[in-house]
Amino acid sequence: MFKWFTKWFHRLGSPPHFYRIAGLWLPWLSGLFGILVIAGLYGGLVLAPPDYQQGESYRIIFVHVPAAWMSLFIYMVMAFCGVVVLVWRMKLAEIVLISAAPVGASFTFLALVTGSLWGKPMWGTYWVWDARLTSELILLFLYLGVIGLYGAIDDKRVAARAVATLAIVGVVNIPIIHYSVEWWNSLHQGPTVTKFDKPSIHWSMLIPLLLMALAFKLYFIISLFQRVRAELLHRERNSRWVEELIRS
Amino acid sequence: MTPARKKRLSLILLMIIGVAVGVGFALQSLNENIMFFFSPADIEAGKAPPNKDFRVGGVVVDGSVSRPGEGLTVEFDLTDNQSVVKVKYTGILPDLFREGQGIIANGRLNREGHFIAQEVLAKHDENYMPPEVMEAMKKSGQAMPSMKKNGI
Repeated sequence: MFKWFTKWFHRLGSPPHFYRIAGLWLPWLSGLFGILVIAGLYGGLVLAPPDYQQGESYRIIFVHVPAAWMSLFIYMVMAFCGVVVLVWRMKLAEIVLISAAPVGASFTFLALVTGSLWGKPMWGTYWVWDARLTSELILLFLYLGVIGLYGAIDDKRVAARAVATLAIVGVVNIPIIHYSVEWWNSLHQGPTVTKFDKPSIHWSMLIPLLLMALAFKLYFIISLFQRVRAELLHRERNSRWVEELIRS
Repeated sequence: MTPARKKRLSLILLMIIGVAVGVGFALQSLNENIMFFFSPADIEAGKAPPNKDFRVGGVVVDGSVSRPGEGLTVEFDLTDNQSVVKVKYTGILPDLFREGQGIIANGRLNREGHFIAQEVLAKHDENYMPPEVMEAMKKSGQAMPSMKKNGI
């Protein structure tokens, strides 16, 4: 089993193979994403009842919460790739790392903006320097740092190693974001879905929320695949497989 | 794994542990400053800074909201189920402000130990449900466990 896995992993690491596989998967993923996002939005904005306290305003969670989850998830993907880059020097991991960064930065930005728009009517303020909000803002800066550092070094293999180190160091921020609402008194409410006792959200709201979370995850994979394919072509522009691809 | 890779992996682990410990110590020493607010029990215990602005968080006591005079001035009691502090505020309250709701007030204590707020923010809980379900739960007398535990 392990042998089979390593073989599969090594094959996936080969640029032409990944390019082909990702291309085959993309239409299916896009179709599934379309279905999920329509179902999630319809369920969340039309079918789900208003909240007992917040009324209709709570509906921002169908974008805000999945975006915030993705901002953490994508960073962990990047940090994992960073380890693979530094230990195994795998080229594909370098490309996945740097391709994931703009997507993660966008989700982080989306989470901050939607949260701020909701914060004004509900909390009474757009922004407070609270542990949860500040650590999420630091996450945005980490993403921007990764993008900037990669762009600043011309030799892309050296750049990838520098970025990998930054991504790994920054991963310390992830548990801080997640537990900030439990470790310190915070204006942001505690976790609803991921706490260990049963989630304190009605199923009619939970189902569209989970659909949206799944849709966002698929969106990340779709946009990651497209970016990785473009970056692969660019980096391997002098190799034989790209030449053959263009000729055919 | 080749020895070289093993070495690199252990170096990375060492780096993560080092950074985590460093950040942990830094946060530990900043703990007071990271606290977004103090609870009424903290104030009673004298933990809140005197003669300085700070935030207090708690639940508005049922039936304690009163409006003395004609203006926007509001008075209410704030509790964390251990201690109570009286809050005075002049201004517009956020949508979610109501009795039994968790709120955070920014301001300072006056000489009588009343909290004079310049700003009131509402903190909402992590429960989401339709109004009918809430009604049904209230009737049957079983609030969600997390609502009792951390009223705020």
